Amino acid sequence: MNLNAKIPDGPLDQKWTKYKNTARLVNPANKRSIDVIVVGTGLAGASAAASLAEMGYKVKALCFQDSPRRAHSIAAQGGINAAKNYMNDGDSTFRLFYDTIKGGDYRAREANVYRLAEVSANIIDQCVAQGVPFARDYGGLLDNRSFGGTQVSRTFYAKGQTGQQLLLGAYSALSRQVGKGNVEMLNRHEMLDVVIIDGKARGIIARNLVTGAIERHSAHAVVLCTGGYGNVFFLSTNAMGSNVTAAWRAHKRGAAFGNPCYTQIHPTCIPVSGDHQSKLTLMSESLRNDGRIWVPKKKEDVEAIRAKRLKPQDIKEEDRDYYLERRYPAFGNLVPRDIASRAAKERCDEGYGVNATGEAVYLDFSSAIVRYGKAQANVKGIHNATDQQIIELGTKVVEEKYGNLFQMYEQIVAENPYKTPMMIYPAVHYTMGGLWVDYELMTNVPGLYACGEANFSDHGANRLGASALMQGLADGYFVLPYTIGNYLADEIRTGKIPTNSPEFDAAEKNVRDQINRIMNNKGTKPVDHFHKRLGKVMWDKCGMGRNEKGLKEAITEIRKIREDFYQDVRVPGTADYMNQELEKALRVADFIELGELMCIDALERKESCGGHFREEYQTEDGEALRDDNQFMYVAAWEWSGDPSSPKLNKEPLIYENIKVQQRSYK
Amino acid sequence: MEKGMNLKLKIWRQKNTNEQGKIVEYPVSNVSPDMSFLEMIDVLNDSLVAKGEEPVAFDHDCREGICGMCSMFINGEAHGPNRGVTTCQLHMRSFKEGETIYIEPWRSEAFPVIKDLMVDRGAFDRIQQAGGFVSVNTSGRTLDANAIPIPKEDADKAFDAATCIGCGACAATCPNGSAMLFVAAKVSQFALLPQGQVERKERVLNMVKQMDEEGFGNCSNIGACEVQCPKNISIEVIARMNREYLMANVKPEN
Ligand SMILES: Cc1cc2nc3c(=O)[nH]c(=O)nc-3n(C[C@H](O)[C@H](O)[C@H](O)COP(=O)(O)OP(=O)(O)OC[C@H]3O[C@@H](n4cnc5c(N)ncnc54)[C@H](O)[C@@H]3O)c2cc1C
Ligand code: SF4
Ligand code: FES
Repeated sequence: MNLNAKIPDGPLDQKWTKYKNTARLVNPANKRSIDVIVVGTGLAGASAAASLAEMGYKVKALCFQDSPRRAHSIAAQGGINAAKNYMNDGDSTFRLFYDTIKGGDYRAREANVYRLAEVSANIIDQCVAQGVPFARDYGGLLDNRSFGGTQVSRTFYAKGQTGQQLLLGAYSALSRQVGKGNVEMLNRHEMLDVVIIDGKARGIIARNLVTGAIERHSAHAVVLCTGGYGNVFFLSTNAMGSNVTAAWRAHKRGAAFGNPCYTQIHPTCIPVSGDHQSKLTLMSESLRNDGRIWVPKKKEDVEAIRAKRLKPQDIKEEDRDYYLERRYPAFGNLVPRDIASRAAKERCDEGYGVNATGEAVYLDFSSAIVRYGKAQANVKGIHNATDQQIIELGTKVVEEKYGNLFQMYEQIVAENPYKTPMMIYPAVHYTMGGLWVDYELMTNVPGLYACGEANFSDHGANRLGASALMQGLADGYFVLPYTIGNYLADEIRTGKIPTNSPEFDAAEKNVRDQINRIMNNKGTKPVDHFHKRLGKVMWDKCGMGRNEKGLKEAITEIRKIREDFYQDVRVPGTADYMNQELEKALRVADFIELGELMCIDALERKESCGGHFREEYQTEDGEALRDDNQFMYVAAWEWSGDPSSPKLNKEPLIYENIKVQQRSYK
Repeated sequence: MEKGMNLKLKIWRQKNTNEQGKIVEYPVSNVSPDMSFLEMIDVLNDSLVAKGEEPVAFDHDCREGICGMCSMFINGEAHGPNRGVTTCQLHMRSFKEGETIYIEPWRSEAFPVIKDLMVDRGAFDRIQQAGGFVSVNTSGRTLDANAIPIPKEDADKAFDAATCIGCGACAATCPNGSAMLFVAAKVSQFALLPQGQVERKERVLNMVKQMDEEGFGNCSNIGACEVQCPKNISIEVIARMNREYLMANVKPEN
């Protein structure tokens, strides 16, 4: 397998400029006769589709929701990073680059990450020009806050709805192009296969989710912006429809899957409340700017809290264990996610969890409320403010910053987090793994690109908060529009690609066969039954802690789930009209195969790094222990025809500008 | 564990856009008050599938009140009995043991039913395409983001208007079937920001024109939209849009 990352030579800070200066271009007249399909219209896809259409390409874009405005990016809460250094706190392109590589535990490519940091500032300029209403201070300038794994404030935000505002910005740019007729937008369409002709991606097979029609779409290049696969765990913070299908079908057609086992478990999510649970809700990392995480020091307090004899407010300050501040004084509550999650698990495993299931810790805003309240009292010239006044003033400030998150929490838990600390626990949130791509964001299949969370590229083994939005928009607005021309320059004479070729026939048949197999199955169980079983295996054995024995068991169990699925799944209704149960079945079938690959990858990587924690490999104080000699590579898995025997290819990672160290946040 | 509630659901079932729909009754039992409303329907659906019946189709995705997919009339109210929340944020603790709950799709001529509780809101996308944007290319070669300070108050108001999730509850609730709250929220966001000034007139004219073409009704200031809007978009935006519209018409360009 060809895994040439195509990294331009020259000094790190000049690679991208050099690339742009030498990449081939397609002239405007020729662009009009070139078709590009963009699958997915979240931040990555909407920005890519809008940009390519502005440049003059003929774009077709697909999403499975009823509108591009509803892609999962809409749910991103806390913010987006950019090296603007507006705060004058020592930030720079290099520092953002460095933080990202270090946060990713030295498992990402230097050149890609540097480029990301380099274009980050443009994203903010672009979004403001589009009318994205970021938070501002009283002087009318943009406000920033901090996220985990950094010591500067470089995160731009719009309350706890940053993803919404950025996506609506990208959606407006896309809508403008749809209105002009430059983008054909296919809502409620799901891509089910990639068509490869003479080794190049030439189109896709999609199902119209309303009419059930199986459609053929051809193009000179196909761009997958289909998001992450966290829902392989059944319970995650992802939207219900988030799936791996597009990426997985591409994988089965030859695209390598990079680092599938790198999963991000987010430390601050609302804990599971019962068996009926269908998804988990994130409480943004930005809350760790102001919230302090703790559990009681004494077991008897824990028991009293569980039995509801004591409230968290009753526990005296000296009886609280602010365990992140204790273990990581330099970063405190703002350590990276993987570290914060494992620390919560450690306390709960030791029996200090504060809810009935023993799987929750506190996220407490009382000190922040008092701190802000006092500052406000000063600003307003209220001398001798009463405690009550201070709390009221402080509550207003916290509401201004995080109001929608607190409201979400109260809706779900029926407790007022301004008064009682939030209860939180780690949950699956993001997948660093994804389709392998080179510097140009092209997979190893010529003409097939992957952007946003769907690719594996920039976050190594752990993503820093507020960097996914940055990456999605960087890929779509500023990277792909340059790199795709370098490939399409060879396509100007190709002409329209017909959809009546044997390759299209075969791909369509493949899709129809799978649908028929599921529809004709005379099973007894709904799709969720299998999805939940898979999720439990993944969470227990390929989640926050992994070990050889567990992973081997998981692989056996997943094979059994796959077998059972095809024997016993039941999908009522027909395939020739809207059928949501069928949609789910097709997605879960792919999740089952992916789950096995994740376990195989996790088993193979005999080290701990970032979100991948192998219990056998840890330091004395329980931190992840990498093995750079053996594992400083990207695992790029190749489909062999059998989900149980994928082939491993390795892309070595080379660090020329950063000294590789053991990560420390102490 | 405490025993859950027993409820009687009366759900609108409709095979497709052309066929007539009807209310079908489903009893559900042992419903936990901690379940979300949609999780309660999930449980019902799994039991229907097990019997080989088609599950109830409904739109949903984020299940945390931000994507705007979920869209149900619950006991005659868009997004159910609580204010400032979407259907997916509603929990069963808002209902009582033994209650009968009517569940229906958006009712609006501009939102045809696709199946059961699922409707087609394509009209909203087309209104957005008619003018809901700033015409700036995505080159990144724009002004520095801090080049134009924006008074915090304007930025905050623009943000409040921009939090509309495009769910359609306003239009579905309005006795006239007017989509004014949705359109006015977008128009207001841009009218309040310096970046929106250049196309201010065209934008409001084009978006209103498209809104009328989609078959939405006229606004007669009833205010039901504001009450049912899950994002608490204030009816003030409609007043602002009316001013924008008037201004755009008073001084036509060229
Ligand atoms: C709750 C939550 C909060 C977050 N907060 C932050 C944050 O504050 N900061 C940050 O940087 N990151 C955050 N993230 C991560 C970030 O939101 C995502 O990584 C990012 O938005 C992904 O964008 P995307 O464009 O790659 O994919 P998505 O937004 O997931 O879009 C995927 C698109 O692909 C389409 N699609 C998928 N499969 C198919 C198919 N087979 N056929 C057709 N279409 C398909 C979908 O319809 C959709 O349009 C958060 C994530 C979650 C879950
Ligand atoms: S204005 Fe409110 S009710 Fe109307 S679409 Fe927007 S969020 Fe929904
Ligand atoms: S499902 Fe997203 S708002 Fe309800």
